[in-house]
Amino acid sequence: MRLSDLPKGSPAVVDRVDDAHAGDPIAQRLRDLGFVDGEPVRVVACGPLGADPLLIQIGSTRFALRRGEAARVHLKAEAA
Amino acid sequence: MSADSLRIALVGNPNCGKTALFNLLTGGRQKVANYAGVTIERKEGRFVAPSGRVLQILDLPGAYSFDAVSPDERITRDVLEGNYPGEAPPDLIVCVADATNLRLHLRFVLEVKRLGRPVVLALNMMDAARRRGITVDVPELSRRLGLPVVETIAVRRGGAQALIGQVDGDVPPAAAAQPDDPASRADLHAQVRALLAATVVMPRATDRLDDALDRWTLHPVFGLAILAVVMFLVFQAVYSIGKPMTDAIGDGFGWLGSHLAAWLPAGPLQGLVTDGLCGGLGTVLGFLPEILVLFLFILTLEESGYLPRAAFLLDRLMVSVGLTGRSFIPLLSSFACAIPGIMGTRSITDPRDRLATILVAPLMTCSARLPVYALLIGAFIPAHRVAGVFNLQGLVLFALYAAGIAGAMLVGWVMKRLRRDQGEHALLMELPSYRLPKARDVAIGLYERGMIFLKRLTGVILALTVLMWALSSFPAPPAGASGPAINYSIAGYLGHGFAHLFKPIGFNWQMSLALIPAFAARETAVAALATVYAVGGEGALGPALSSHIPLASALSLLVWFAYAPQCMSTLAVIKRETDSWRNVAISFSYMFVLAYAASFLTYQIASALA
Repeated sequence: MRLSDLPKGSPAVVDRVDDAHAGDPIAQRLRDLGFVDGEPVRVVACGPLGADPLLIQIGSTRFALRRGEAARVHLKAEAA
Repeated sequence: MSADSLRIALVGNPNCGKTALFNLLTGGRQKVANYAGVTIERKEGRFVAPSGRVLQILDLPGAYSFDAVSPDERITRDVLEGNYPGEAPPDLIVCVADATNLRLHLRFVLEVKRLGRPVVLALNMMDAARRRGITVDVPELSRRLGLPVVETIAVRRGGAQALIGQVDGDVPPAAAAQPDDPASRADLHAQVRALLAATVVMPRATDRLDDALDRWTLHPVFGLAILAVVMFLVFQAVYSIGKPMTDAIGDGFGWLGSHLAAWLPAGPLQGLVTDGLCGGLGTVLGFLPEILVLFLFILTLEESGYLPRAAFLLDRLMVSVGLTGRSFIPLLSSFACAIPGIMGTRSITDPRDRLATILVAPLMTCSARLPVYALLIGAFIPAHRVAGVFNLQGLVLFALYAAGIAGAMLVGWVMKRLRRDQGEHALLMELPSYRLPKARDVAIGLYERGMIFLKRLTGVILALTVLMWALSSFPAPPAGASGPAINYSIAGYLGHGFAHLFKPIGFNWQMSLALIPAFAARETAVAALATVYAVGGEGALGPALSSHIPLASALSLLVWFAYAPQCMSTLAVIKRETDSWRNVAISFSYMFVLAYAASFLTYQIASALA
């Protein structure tokens, strides 16, 4: 399951971030920001139009990610 | 390194309170410039330590990592590595981390440490950490990192004492430089987790206050309502505080000009001083109050942490027209005046999104268009009731505002299709904790914005204003001339020349001529029309216009003002903010084409219907 499919409020754990294309800088940035294996995440809020962007809580930080960005983050199966 | 001077670089993640710490250390003793060739601010300040040693502090752009995806992060990395041309490598790096957000910030601390330079870690926002019950074992963190660690509270007087004591002492030894490869990079997160487990106790991942506020401010309905109220208040303030001051400055220079005129002999010098210099200064400095009031609110919203929330709410809407959520506030400011709007795009970190925002900002209906709209609507549009409730004049005014927004959406959409860079540009925006804005930080920001305008723009705008005056005044009319003086000037000849160009959109030569001074400031179009039609007083101008100008031409002129490339102050600020004449040329050309096309359609359709 991808982070973009995670329902609001339910806890999950990051598995990995996939590159959308070779050398994807957005995927690299997500990994730098802490979207790495084993990190707990949660969708806190959704934007008013088309539920986009998503507000993601990871650790003690909140990031706004567009759906296309959140779709790069894969979640662990057991947490979903 | 000399014994009595030390070069310190401040680095840290965005939102770590680095700039507040910089302000606390240096006070007003700051020099703000740009890095060569880019519009990224370079801030340097001086501070004399208790020992008498002079500390030169460089506030580097905030960075999440040294992957350097953004131009400002690349600058931060290059300066720290000593690879930035013309910038000496720092003697000491002070790495600032938010004590409430160490999971994210410690990773960057580790990256900085790997550079192999002397580093001190400042654990900032310790007050917020204590309030939330977060404890940090500072000696243990220092031991494990192998760096001196001090606690700071940048928003409190004396909150940097421990840091000052540390940097005033001996420079700590540098850690060994480590190679930067993907494998060791992936290992950084594991190191951060181990550090956190050993040294930090965090009762709760988030702040209860943030959670409670975000439930309202990010709510799909209430959030948008709160945003609307905030924006409404900002605009009320701009018009009730800024506008009267702007008018007072204009009137003050007008008064000064008329008194100077009494002292000077009649002739070109008198005209230069009263109309050129005083009129020009009144126009240019008149922008200042509105700029300051707008930035007072923008800086307060930025400092409080609300600005990224507004961007979050509106991102989807803005993306659909090729912009980003962060474009919203600059574009909204442009309804007051495009100059602070364009200056406000500095909060957009992505260069492509920033340029797109700068290019559409002048299409927002600024307050200087209102006098022109008011005159033309009053003269040509009857105050009929439409459908029993709406005033036709009000509807036309609304349509002109809507035309500006629709034009911006169209231009944004076309740019999105045409631009070479079709890649995905990320939002990836951190929503920081809410904070009470500090008066000192807002005041310093306000002072910097004001000085940028005064120092770097006033000269250009004033020179152009005087040039416009000269065009409209020389050569003087021949003896015994009967028409208005401007008719015989260079502007008069240009106006007659432009009349051929503007004939298809329904402008006569008088209207074409009025466009020339209007390029200096739109509202002067009203005075220029009064001059060419030789009517005294603006009250008589409306009837004079409606007897000389057909309705179709008047509608065309209204549409022209909605889109036309004006004023030159806006073009000057585009040059200043993008450091590129090419962007000025693009901006001027597309608006000219858009205005001409829209006016052409308006004139032809209105003529056909009449």
